[in-house]
Amino acid sequence: MTEQKNIRNFCIIAHIDHGKSTLADRLLEYTGALSKREMVDQVLDTMELERERGITIKLQAVRLKYRARDGREYVLNLIDTPGHVDFTYEVSRSLAACEGALLVVDAAQGIEAQTLANVYLALEHNLEIIPVINKIDLPNAEPERVRREIEDVIGLDASEAILASAKTGVGTEEILEAIVRRIPPPRGDREAPLKALIFDSIFDSYRGAIPYIRVVEGRVQKGDRIRFMATGAEFEVNEVGVFTPAPRQVTTLAAGEVGFLSASIKNVKDTRVGDTITSASRPAREPLPGYRRVMPMVYCGLFPVDSEQFDSLRDALEKLQLNDASLSFEPETSVALGFGFRCGFLGLLHMEIIQERLEREYGLELITTAPSVVYRVVRTDGRVEMVDNPTALPAPNLIDHIEEPYVEATIMTPKEYVGPVMELCQEKRGTFLNMDYLSEKRVALKYDLPLAEIIYDFFDQLKSRTRGYASLDYEVKGYRPAELVKMDILINNEVVDALSVITHRDQAYHRGRALVERLRQLIPRQLFDVPIQAAIGSRVIARETIPALRKNVLAKCYGGDVTRKRKLLEKQKEGKKRMKQVGTVDIPQEAFMAVLKVGKS
Amino acid sequence: MVAGFVFARSLALAEWPKVSAVRLKAGFPAYSASLPQRPASDLLSSAPPSLFGFTKATSPLGPSRSLQTKASHALYIHIPFCIRKCHYCDFVSYPGRSPEEMAAYCRDLEREMALVSQKWQPGPAATVYIGGGTPTLLSARDLEQVLDAVARYFGRQPGAEVSIEANPGTVDEAKLRDLRAAGVNRLSLGAQAFDDDLLGAMGRIHRRRDTYQACELARRAGFSNINLDLIFGLPGQTLDGWRATLREAVALQPEHIAAYSLQVEEGTPWGKLAAAGELPLPGEELELAMYQEARVILTAAGYRQYEISNFARPGYQCRHNLTYWLNQPYLGLGAAAASSWQGRRWQNYSDLHQYRHTLSRGRLPRAEIETLTPRQQMAETMFMGLRLLAGVDLQAFRQRFWVDAREIYARELDRLYQAGLVEEKNGHLRLTEKGLPLANEVFVQFV
Repeated sequence: MTEQKNIRNFCIIAHIDHGKSTLADRLLEYTGALSKREMVDQVLDTMELERERGITIKLQAVRLKYRARDGREYVLNLIDTPGHVDFTYEVSRSLAACEGALLVVDAAQGIEAQTLANVYLALEHNLEIIPVINKIDLPNAEPERVRREIEDVIGLDASEAILASAKTGVGTEEILEAIVRRIPPPRGDREAPLKALIFDSIFDSYRGAIPYIRVVEGRVQKGDRIRFMATGAEFEVNEVGVFTPAPRQVTTLAAGEVGFLSASIKNVKDTRVGDTITSASRPAREPLPGYRRVMPMVYCGLFPVDSEQFDSLRDALEKLQLNDASLSFEPETSVALGFGFRCGFLGLLHMEIIQERLEREYGLELITTAPSVVYRVVRTDGRVEMVDNPTALPAPNLIDHIEEPYVEATIMTPKEYVGPVMELCQEKRGTFLNMDYLSEKRVALKYDLPLAEIIYDFFDQLKSRTRGYASLDYEVKGYRPAELVKMDILINNEVVDALSVITHRDQAYHRGRALVERLRQLIPRQLFDVPIQAAIGSRVIARETIPALRKNVLAKCYGGDVTRKRKLLEKQKEGKKRMKQVGTVDIPQEAFMAVLKVGKS
Repeated sequence: MVAGFVFARSLALAEWPKVSAVRLKAGFPAYSASLPQRPASDLLSSAPPSLFGFTKATSPLGPSRSLQTKASHALYIHIPFCIRKCHYCDFVSYPGRSPEEMAAYCRDLEREMALVSQKWQPGPAATVYIGGGTPTLLSARDLEQVLDAVARYFGRQPGAEVSIEANPGTVDEAKLRDLRAAGVNRLSLGAQAFDDDLLGAMGRIHRRRDTYQACELARRAGFSNINLDLIFGLPGQTLDGWRATLREAVALQPEHIAAYSLQVEEGTPWGKLAAAGELPLPGEELELAMYQEARVILTAAGYRQYEISNFARPGYQCRHNLTYWLNQPYLGLGAAAASSWQGRRWQNYSDLHQYRHTLSRGRLPRAEIETLTPRQQMAETMFMGLRLLAGVDLQAFRQRFWVDAREIYARELDRLYQAGLVEEKNGHLRLTEKGLPLANEVFVQFV
């Protein structure tokens, strides 16, 4: 148990690529949590995927010991936060576990939209913010401009901003000193009934679900009986501990401290982020504020290429869900793709990560259907239905109108790209709200946009039209009616249900054209002509034909190298196997995601 | 007697006694011919059917295995040398090696023959095929020694077919006479094309007139069985250009013509160009037209198509290649050579040092050995056999594997019948007209 005055709890707010992970590494290294030799680059990003994408998906918390210049030894708890809009709620929970935050801004790039969003979140939680201007070793670093930007845009006093280079280690000690001096120690009555905030949880195959907690009031130790206030579930604590970063048992975690506990919890659903853990024998009267159930925003169908992998897919999804309560799934049946699951995600990135993990870690071969938002369908009889799957849309004559989710999007861009960004937002059915100059060079634009457009190809378009300089953040605002229609795709005159999409009437023609064109390129030629059509109801709006395959012969095998020939044929067969046979047509996996890619080519 | 099917039958006989011989006769009507190259009796007596192994066998696979040994077999000898690699070539061949190196390789071959013949005791070969590379790059002396060694270690059945591949630019009359004298009785000339610009673009070392000359010299040297290899679908080739090639080939009156469709392989100069989109290949439709043109012109000129890419005058089918297509046993000698023997397939080291080094330690230079499951053997029998226009003999298949191909491949065949790619005729499964240019789509069903 550490005295509260010697504890500092903080997190790092940064845009992707602005150097958060590298800075975390430096802090670990400097405080001796890890020796240089033990240092795997970017320790906090443990998942292989995270390291590849250079972003943090799963949060972690590390306890650092730091002997400050004042001669005292402090316990610094670094709580890592994910840096993506999909995970805003999780960010807010980890911010709630801290008293302060390092705001890391790239000295060359300046503040980005997500950084700003997270800083506002941090300010809402009354966090002490320490600006750090990182990457000052870059030749194009403009620390003074960035300092002004922090002051102008966020309204923070940046006169004491720390100039640092996480890469070279410049500024590391100053940062640690600032954490000790400027961030207030935690408060909270250690004798009060237990209140601990869950800001993350992981699943360990031996210990079960393990919540990461910040004890806000009271204390918790081995043998205590605890209760999760949102779910009501009760467990007995087997161990409490901290990450150093290796997990280490401690006897007690008391108010102000950060760590984990294990209690043979079988399901991560019981350890919901934002929930409050209290004592079963002496419960707190009310939970900590701010908990909400996370709702999936984006849905897609996941189907095994090989129908025999259905059970493996379910097992894998269940396992992933153990670690990620925001993932939802339920069985779905498609005429074209057979048995699979309709899965809900926080956003597109979340979806891609889950798909990749299923394929990489569980060796599954999947067909993913195009993502969809959740539509609010008002029937003619007044009943309201939430539809996350185009195939579940009622017949047009039963629909009074359809509403779709809208977001308020903030886009920050260098001012020379304001034109292209506005153009893009118009194309994507956006409504202009306002525009602010952040500095002489940078502008923040606000638009109301349909979420469906954002998950379609908005982000890619934004990146390409601003040469990667713009950043995007958004917040879901509610539902609005729109002229939406279901567009079906017919392959060889049969509707392929998994390819149906809901689209705005004005865009249907354009999208239909692009989609059939793309499918023509993706679907290999068959032994017969294959027509591909896009249709709204019975009206065909676009059509292409894949001409029949006419010739496919292998050359002779020299010197009787039959093995090579067999292997070539096996390879061809494997290729065929990875395709789905819909009717008599073999359709490759990519085709089912084609609807998303049409805008990109 | 019918020569064309005799070759097939001599192989078949070894494995399918009596009944199949009769069935085969009915099954190969397309091969009826007037002029057998050799007396049929030679072949029949040289390959006595081993009824013993058949009747004694207890396991379903017993017969084919035991019958494969000692039966007639084919011998392939790889000469991995050439003057220069052609732009499309991805075979194992090392350009620019010295005569000494090549002579040393021939001694390695002899060493391998000693090991192989001792290990498998295969008996006399029914066919010998020296391929490459450019085998005729070796001196006549070296080649004679190799053939001598074959005679010593294996022996040749009376009337054995002995082929050699030759680049038209690498033969002279003396060498051809020496080869003929050494027992080579079939010459396969890599003519490929008759347009000098095309030949140049392919990276060939020979020109049109070399092919003419080689043919003439070969006839003079006594070769009465000549094959011309041709390639179509070449970059920049037109249908008219291909027609001209075919006419010139026919005018040279070879006994056999192989017309291959160009296969652009990864890693070759053309493969790289194609990947960069810089190889002006004719489209699929044009290629298909070229293929059909070859079939029309060659058939009209008296050649019979007996395999997807192979055409022969009656009695001149390549018996060595039939071994592959009928999935019969063969032994390969030399670097990178492939063998199929007693239900196993293997391939020698391609690397010359490794090949030599392994031999010098008294071991067979096998890089990869694969034991085929019955299912794989069946698949190979199907997709190799379907290359033959006569198709796969269903009775023979049943006698070899003890199952009916129509049952074991019921689902696949159903699909193929429906697509109109395969038909059953006279007890054979064979490609249809439509299936011929789509053979791969058919083959892939069986693997």
